[in-house]
Amino acid sequence: MLRSSGFFLKNVLLKKEKNMHIAIIGNGISGITAARFIRKLSDHEITVISAETDYFFSRTALMYIYMGHMRFEDTKPYEDWFWEKNRIDLKRGYVERINTTEKKLVFKQGETLAYDKLILATGSVPNKFGWPGQDLKRVHGLYSYQDLEAMEKYSDGLQRAVIVGGGLIGLEMAEMFHSRHIPVTILVREKSYWNSVMPTEESAMINREIMRHHIDLQLEEELDEIVDDGNGAACAVITKSGKRIDCGFVGLTAGVSPNIKFLSKTDIETKRGILVNEHLETSIPDIYAIGDCSEQRTPKEGRRGVEAIWYTGRMMGETVAYNICEKPVAYDPGIWFNSAKFLDIEYQVYGDVRADQPEAHRSIYWEDTEGRKSVRIIYDEDRGYVVGFNLMGVRFRHEVCEKWIKEKTKIEDVMKNLELANFDPEFYKKYESDVVAIYNKQSGKNLSVKPQRSWNKVFAFLRS
Amino acid sequence: MSQVYKSMSLANPAPPFTDIIQKIAAALGGVGLLFMLLALFGNGSIQNSTWLYTALALIMTGTAVFSWRAYMTKPEGIKNNGVWFASLSSKGLWAWILGVVLTGFYVVLYWYPQYLGLGGKDAVNTGLVAFFDPLSMALKGKPASEWFMYGTLYTVAILSFGIKFILKYRHNKYQVIRTISVMFFQLGFAFLLPEIMQKLNQPYYSFTNMWPLNYYFFYDWNLTKLLDAGNMGLFMLLFGLAMVFIISPTLTFFYGKRWYCSWVCGCGGLAETAGDPFRHLSDKSLKAWQIERWMIHGVLVFVTLMTVGVVYSYFNSDRDLLLTKPIVIGLIVLLGATVIGIVQANRKEINLSKNKLSTIIFIIVAIIILLTIIAYFTGNFVINAGMLRSWYGFLIGAAFSGVVGVGFYPLMGSRVWCRFGCPMAALLGLQQKFFSRFRITTNGGQCISCGNCSTYCEMGIDVRAYAQKGQNIVRASCVGCGICAAVCPRGVLKLENGSVDLRSKTTELKAIHIAEGDVRIL
Repeated sequence: MLRSSGFFLKNVLLKKEKNMHIAIIGNGISGITAARFIRKLSDHEITVISAETDYFFSRTALMYIYMGHMRFEDTKPYEDWFWEKNRIDLKRGYVERINTTEKKLVFKQGETLAYDKLILATGSVPNKFGWPGQDLKRVHGLYSYQDLEAMEKYSDGLQRAVIVGGGLIGLEMAEMFHSRHIPVTILVREKSYWNSVMPTEESAMINREIMRHHIDLQLEEELDEIVDDGNGAACAVITKSGKRIDCGFVGLTAGVSPNIKFLSKTDIETKRGILVNEHLETSIPDIYAIGDCSEQRTPKEGRRGVEAIWYTGRMMGETVAYNICEKPVAYDPGIWFNSAKFLDIEYQVYGDVRADQPEAHRSIYWEDTEGRKSVRIIYDEDRGYVVGFNLMGVRFRHEVCEKWIKEKTKIEDVMKNLELANFDPEFYKKYESDVVAIYNKQSGKNLSVKPQRSWNKVFAFLRS
Repeated sequence: MSQVYKSMSLANPAPPFTDIIQKIAAALGGVGLLFMLLALFGNGSIQNSTWLYTALALIMTGTAVFSWRAYMTKPEGIKNNGVWFASLSSKGLWAWILGVVLTGFYVVLYWYPQYLGLGGKDAVNTGLVAFFDPLSMALKGKPASEWFMYGTLYTVAILSFGIKFILKYRHNKYQVIRTISVMFFQLGFAFLLPEIMQKLNQPYYSFTNMWPLNYYFFYDWNLTKLLDAGNMGLFMLLFGLAMVFIISPTLTFFYGKRWYCSWVCGCGGLAETAGDPFRHLSDKSLKAWQIERWMIHGVLVFVTLMTVGVVYSYFNSDRDLLLTKPIVIGLIVLLGATVIGIVQANRKEINLSKNKLSTIIFIIVAIIILLTIIAYFTGNFVINAGMLRSWYGFLIGAAFSGVVGVGFYPLMGSRVWCRFGCPMAALLGLQQKFFSRFRITTNGGQCISCGNCSTYCEMGIDVRAYAQKGQNIVRASCVGCGICAAVCPRGVLKLENGSVDLRSKTTELKAIHIAEGDVRIL
């Protein structure tokens, strides 16, 4: 109470700042982060609109609901009272049209909502490449809460599921069915799992992990058509090589695209996604776009225009809040990082790691004897500094890796201080000296690792 | 023409339900329990050592084989599939049945041990208690008490389910070592050693059970017993004091309260092993946290007052008296000053707004004034130590730690007692929060807010709330079990000790890439 009245005094009466109504379409991580930060920075009125669910939930946790690790309510990062307490209005509804001249949203049911500023955070839709039968029943992606409901509905008595696409979501879906003892086949166009992104060894490790779990992985196999059972539902798929696989569910996980179809009647400029400048402004004043649905007009070097991942969504949400609250700041996603989990193997990446490395990049690659953990450190051989880390089954410290990459740290320094990056739980086997031995072998140097796993050392390094 | 494809691979080599070996294992364990039931209902023919040891062996083997099949047939990794679907682990019918059975068992154990066959003063044991006589005779040369029977079953539970837990988390060395530790301390220090000491004519004493969890440590009969027992008794007394005032604060400073709560303590041991299937049932809401803080610190105040009274009466043989006006007021003023001092000194670190701080100070001052007025008008403000003591024993010692603490596992999670009632946890928690190197660090911006950490936190900490904003987790209640870090799919959490940032270990917003000096969390 006291705090908000102090705020009122300071910001409303003295500064005479006018309160705006900010509408946010989409209650995913981007939209919600934007709302939270706008509230932190201002007293504007905020409405978050979603057609999907009443409350924000963690989309990345959908799989855990299906697998029985969590209930839906456990995936909500904030308790339901949070929104009212922080004066963030939540509205359930589907925005059919945006009237950009009158600054009005038109809902499916016909009602309207006026806004002063609008943030589009509408996320993605699963890709469909014009396969025959792609719109049949029992064919779904894994993106929304509704997709989860569909998976749940069709799992009853399901004899086999076929998943199309070799990315992160495909494997998540496979793990989901697998957890319910439903046989799964994954069709992957490439020679090896996710090898468009992962270097060869890591990709091979994922192949092995999939097979270790007895999931039917079909490499170099593509979907040709989904067969209609006569009642408008899928009953089988036929692959490009002519195999017919009977199944009661088809998962389409060949990537996602920005969810922008509902904008076709507006004059907001789009390409793959909604085009935005570095302040996340679209071509129409007072309309911003963030997260999966947005596309950078001029992406930073080494980055893509559309980056449909959790972390960039969160960063854009924060950035847009600053821009709307008159503290202009350019969107800067920093050093690339991402993470995932392939069945039982965790994966983390920092910096520049590519399936096809540029010539100057050289890898130090260590793999444990069981082939389920690996460390790859990539450095620029000409200039001698580190550019990226790719970790499988091993945890590295984000801030340390980021600092090394940002400061173009010499690979020798990284090797000597490698323990600073270790984020594995206590008592885990150390592997740093093995990694350095590999570097020594391929460089002819004779470095050794300083023992410095302790937080005190890490803290001193981060503050240096 | 398309050919029909039939996959050669199985979906999931582990069968969806129990396999035949598991059924046999369950049956073996069941037979072991059946022997105990037969003994309970007075079947005299099985009252001998063969039947007892067979029963214990069957229960342990059954559990071990069952878990072996459950986990070793699957690749190592997190095994939480179907946790929220199974009746037993999702507050379904089986959970309620188990809850009622456990609660009932504790009620009988604490207040009606005669129904378990306890012989009493001169009578011989019968029933279930008598069933344990052979082991008791072997260990301490005396017939079993209901507590001996309970202690044996308790230890068997920690050992059996400890094996299960190790198999389940065999990929995680922290979990494996920690579990071996609780099994070791339960078997050696909590069970065998005290019993064997009795055989050697030494007083019953558990080295790992310290005040205030061991609330009767300062009771007159315990002090007398120790002081009458020669050098060994004196050593035990001094060790007990050292535990409370030196060893425990030191270890907690270096490693956090986990050194005790999830590595040594018997209550923690049972929660971590037998209670593991219920860890996700703890309430994560803010409301629950508020209730928790009032309750657990209330118990700490209760046990402190009670103990001060008991010690006072020990030294002033006038047993009834206690806590006269000046003492009560003195104590309260001292306590209030200490709390205000701590809070004031750490205001920045614990992130208290001025508002909150003044509310706390106001409440403390109000209580002091109120008590002073009461003391003034009643003239002779006396709290009877004997009364405090018997109420504490009944309410906290028996009803809370036993009946509710374990009986409610299947409904409120495995750490109900540790979270809401244990004064030891409260004391170690205060130190952990304000004066310990321990914290859980968050790995930069890698959190995806999935909620596995919060869900599987047995202490009901909303770990995600911290992780998603890149803040370290520094919570009084954290027992450092490490499960949040284990279940995290993105490698975000790590239990760490460090001294360099003792006063700033809760600094927030490391995850955020946009530098703004005055950003604060809602």
